Amino acid sequence: MVSILDIIGPVMVGPSSSHTAGACRLGLLARNLVGGTPERAVVELHGSFARTGEGHGTDKAIVGGLMGFRPDDDRIRTALEICEREGLDYRFEKTTLGEESEVHPNSVRITVERGDRSAVMIGASLGAGRVLVNEIDGYPVEVHGNHHTIVLVAEDVKGSIARIAGLFAEDGINIATLRLTRKHRGGDAFMVIEVDEQPGEEVREHIRALPWVKWAFRLDKVSA
Amino acid sequence: MYRSLHEAIAVAEREGKPLHQIALEAEALDQGRPIAEIRDALRRALVVMRGAIERGLVGDLYSNSGLVGGDAAKLQRSTAGAVAGSPFRDVLTRALAVQEVNAAMGVIVAAPTAGGAGVLPAVLTGLAASRGIDDEALVDALATAGLIGAVVADRASLSGAEGGCQAETGAAAGMAAGAATEMLGGTPKQVGHAVALAQQGTLGLVCDPLGGLVELPCVFRNATGSAIALAAIEMALAGVEFKIPADEVIDTMGQIGREMDVRYRETAGGGLAATPTGRRLTKERLVQIKRGS
Repeated sequence: MVSILDIIGPVMVGPSSSHTAGACRLGLLARNLVGGTPERAVVELHGSFARTGEGHGTDKAIVGGLMGFRPDDDRIRTALEICEREGLDYRFEKTTLGEESEVHPNSVRITVERGDRSAVMIGASLGAGRVLVNEIDGYPVEVHGNHHTIVLVAEDVKGSIARIAGLFAEDGINIATLRLTRKHRGGDAFMVIEVDEQPGEEVREHIRALPWVKWAFRLDKVSA
Repeated sequence: MYRSLHEAIAVAEREGKPLHQIALEAEALDQGRPIAEIRDALRRALVVMRGAIERGLVGDLYSNSGLVGGDAAKLQRSTAGAVAGSPFRDVLTRALAVQEVNAAMGVIVAAPTAGGAGVLPAVLTGLAASRGIDDEALVDALATAGLIGAVVADRASLSGAEGGCQAETGAAAGMAAGAATEMLGGTPKQVGHAVALAQQGTLGLVCDPLGGLVELPCVFRNATGSAIALAAIEMALAGVEFKIPADEVIDTMGQIGREMDVRYRETAGGGLAATPTGRRLTKERLVQIKRGS
């Protein structure tokens, strides 16, 4: 669903809503996967991102996002210099993530590491600053960053949804949408839960601590 | 949000409300936010839009590559008589100003995108200044523009990499034409015709910036996109009707975008980027950017 404020916005540092603002948001989402500014990041640019990213400041915007800068933050302009102070070691590469007809032209794979946490994310910048995360650690997802989102993989056990919904309720967090998919009966269940209030890191940790949960990520809202 | 302008116009007519009201009500319902809060966000966008215009008119900003800058001030200070009337020149000046700020990595409102960010503020604030229209009416107009842009995003695309410049300055021209038509007293139906008239005038427009940078021709396409919007507004307010409905013109834009060769979709592989001068300037300027001078 498209919002008026997605169209009349974001307020952003130029020059490109897809190659600068959207790229920054993808960096912010990747940062979320490791709970803070990563120590190491490998950014693999695909398609138009790879061909024209440099002139649009795509590199500065993604690195800025990884450090927690939002699209209207002036510091994006000097992000590559700032990241040395922040202890972020980054590397950019050009890649092909698949057939041109199947992969969005503004796609990127970001691999992030922080302490004992790491993650690989594939996402795309759809235009007008809107973004889509397609894949996290090899699992297909669909996260737009319009809501605070928890993504998790769990064993297919009875009562799992009720247990997780209960954890959110205890923290006073309202669930907006919940999508559950699994490959087959008894196979891993994959949940994408969008919530109205920003969940704290402890909510993710509570979910992660459930014995049948394999992993859980928290992706904070990045849209206006 | 509505996925069809036809549907939004029908609801507006049935309920006897302007399109901006229909748009705000739909947004409030979708997002679970009060209308006053959405209007506040649009008012903040208007402030940033005005700030970008003022910043650009100072005339001291140049892009990293040095390819664009200073032309908004040149147009504003020109002593040559305005060929097509002073509001027209004023709108073009404002469009250049916003895009020059954008190219210099200044702060703008992507509406709908950064590459097409000059058209909407130029047309709306330019016409409001010449007609003495107040800011609340401008906020309403931004809501109408948001509705039109949401329909384009849903049915076609707002990305030059996906659909060429017709999806950026073309979509911006449609949004500006529709929003300004309502702001100047047009009916919901006339808004639909304004969108169709503007968008048809940009069908097939390619995205071919030098070096892939949002500079050349982007800065100038915002000015010419604004001119197309003004033409559409003139015709729609006079009661001129475009026989193909706006939704179908938008669908056509999406279809043309999908069939457009990749060289014309923000890859700098064709169009002006691939001209002898385009290639030479790209080579020279990219070296300059890398040096950081």
